[in-house]
Amino acid sequence: MIDPVPGPDFVQLLDPTGSRAEPHRFGYSGSDAELAADLRDMLLIRRLDAEATALQRKGELGLWAPLLGQEAAQVGSARATRGADLIVPSYREHGVAWCAGIDPLDLLTTFRGTGMTDWASRPANFHPYSFVIGTQTLHAVGMAMALRLDGLVGNSDPNRNAAAIVYFGDGATSQGDVNEAFVFAASFAAPVVFFCQNNQYAISEPTSVQTKIPLYQRAAGFGFPGVRVDGNDLLAVRAVTEWAMERARRGDGPTLIEAYTYRVGAHTTSDDPTKYRSADEEQAWRAKDPITRLRNYLLGTSAIDQSWLDSVEAEAESLAERIRLGCVNLPEPKLEEFFTQAYADTPDALFSQRAEHLAYEASFEATR
Amino acid sequence: MTTLTLAKALNAGLRQALADDPKVLLFGEDIGALGGVFRVTEGLQAEFGNNRVIDAPLAESGIVGTAIGLALRGYRPVVEIQFDGFVFPAFDQLVSQVSRLRFRTAGALSVPLVVRIPYGGGIGAIEHHGESPEAYFAHTPGLKVVTCASAADGYWMLQQAISSDDPVIFLEPKRRYQDKAEVDFSQFPAPLHSARLARPGTDATLLAYGPMVRTCLEAAAVAATEGHQLEVLDLRTLAPLDDAAIFASVRRTGRAIVVHEAAGTLGMGAEIAARIQAECFYELAAPTLRVTAYDLPYPPSKVEQSFLPDLDRVLDAVDRSMNW
Repeated sequence: MIDPVPGPDFVQLLDPTGSRAEPHRFGYSGSDAELAADLRDMLLIRRLDAEATALQRKGELGLWAPLLGQEAAQVGSARATRGADLIVPSYREHGVAWCAGIDPLDLLTTFRGTGMTDWASRPANFHPYSFVIGTQTLHAVGMAMALRLDGLVGNSDPNRNAAAIVYFGDGATSQGDVNEAFVFAASFAAPVVFFCQNNQYAISEPTSVQTKIPLYQRAAGFGFPGVRVDGNDLLAVRAVTEWAMERARRGDGPTLIEAYTYRVGAHTTSDDPTKYRSADEEQAWRAKDPITRLRNYLLGTSAIDQSWLDSVEAEAESLAERIRLGCVNLPEPKLEEFFTQAYADTPDALFSQRAEHLAYEASFEATR
Repeated sequence: MTTLTLAKALNAGLRQALADDPKVLLFGEDIGALGGVFRVTEGLQAEFGNNRVIDAPLAESGIVGTAIGLALRGYRPVVEIQFDGFVFPAFDQLVSQVSRLRFRTAGALSVPLVVRIPYGGGIGAIEHHGESPEAYFAHTPGLKVVTCASAADGYWMLQQAISSDDPVIFLEPKRRYQDKAEVDFSQFPAPLHSARLARPGTDATLLAYGPMVRTCLEAAAVAATEGHQLEVLDLRTLAPLDDAAIFASVRRTGRAIVVHEAAGTLGMGAEIAARIQAECFYELAAPTLRVTAYDLPYPPSKVEQSFLPDLDRVLDAVDRSMNW
């Protein structure tokens, strides 16, 4: 597929060299100080991601799904949400999780296999990860329908309004569930933003296997707006997502955002991208790195300087250390803990099975 | 004789099927350039072209549904579902559509579809990558369900399934993909829907399939050192079951223990136990026992070894049966 060029159909506010490319109908109006805060997030989650990848290589995690290259898409969209908004991730949204206040160690619990998606019990509007592709889009639409039923959409006081944002990838757009989510969202004018990170690959399959038109154009057929944004441009992602979230909160219904980006790393640590794409292609995308361009821009405006970068680097180093130590010290679960976890009203049979399991374990201990 | 891993044997079986019949197609996610996430289709797209080995859009219902259409027009699609937990978006196409087309048309329509599913746990995977969905399919009239436990069966059973004019759910025990065994390419195989005596014994029968066959063989080897001669029957076919082989073995030993990774309630063990008690009641020295996973969603991988049956739990059941 030919890369889009900046223009009316491809929102880019900061070019790969770090120069502002305005005006555009989606101008970014925030301050450089806010952008510096976003850059800090991006630097920290890149480190988090690198550390988790390294932990998997050392055998400390069963698996990791790297987000490398998608930091602007994730931070820019997450920072367009606010207090009561609902965030529904797929499984690579570690950067969104970070912005939502989820402890990275909660994510590692899932990937280390010491727990399920335990952050759901924490006070954050960040839904559990979904591993079956695209299923979460319908859940997000239902959650958005609930916001409307609860009277949290279209109030004259904009601070009372809320919306949902749901994350999925280019591959997911082929799933029936995702297309049904588009239908339901349109039909019920659900306050939901469909945030598609088109990272060019569904494991090995290029986006061209999933679609013959730019993905954002699909929205028109369902009756709501679609916008394609440079997913490696934090300003553009943030401006467009803020617009779409506000539109949803106001009661004007769903929007599809296609964040055009690249999965620089593997699909997961089990994947080997050399089997299906070229080093040249990866290199070309590294030149569009989302962190480099925002850093260059902020250095250029003197919003940050080397000492600022050094202090964030030190912060990243201590975050990495906390993740390393925290990961290996995550509590080891016991099977017995899970027997009462599946039902609100646990059937007697499961208590019996737990008793059998415990008796079996005890007999095993006794004979050893 | 060639020594192959199960994954390589399945690959060889697919290669042979593609070579033998130009109507055979492979269809699934990431099966082309990548060769599938488990490399079972490795090299096949390069060899047979992308009209025979087709990377599908990421939609399981779409894959199975269009494969049905291809089958109705004379092709023999072999679909790969990437992981067990991802088969459920295609559930309607399998349970309500392909299973019934012959029945609904009084035999006029035939759907020679094979759905390959890597299944089972034990590999430290994330959620939805360790499921054992066999009972859903075995419960569905119109579907056939088989599973291989060895490289030789992987090679032969897959080709037999592809030759079948009925839709076949072909379950591949993913934790055994790298197990090596000898494959005799010239030996005429046993019928697809037959069980295999994996180890003869006299004291009790372990009935297993897929990933648990090796576990039961290991348990039988340990039991032998303790003076118990356990028979291990590799069921291979779950729908239909090879009743004759099951009853013959249980009549010989008088004791039956069914072992599977799927949850116990309404699993294959329930059906097998019901059949054994109905047919072998007076030959039984003990009730048929089951060693299964617990009735829970698949738990985090750190506890999967206590969740799934293992050698010790099998031997514990053997002791309970022997001491009944």
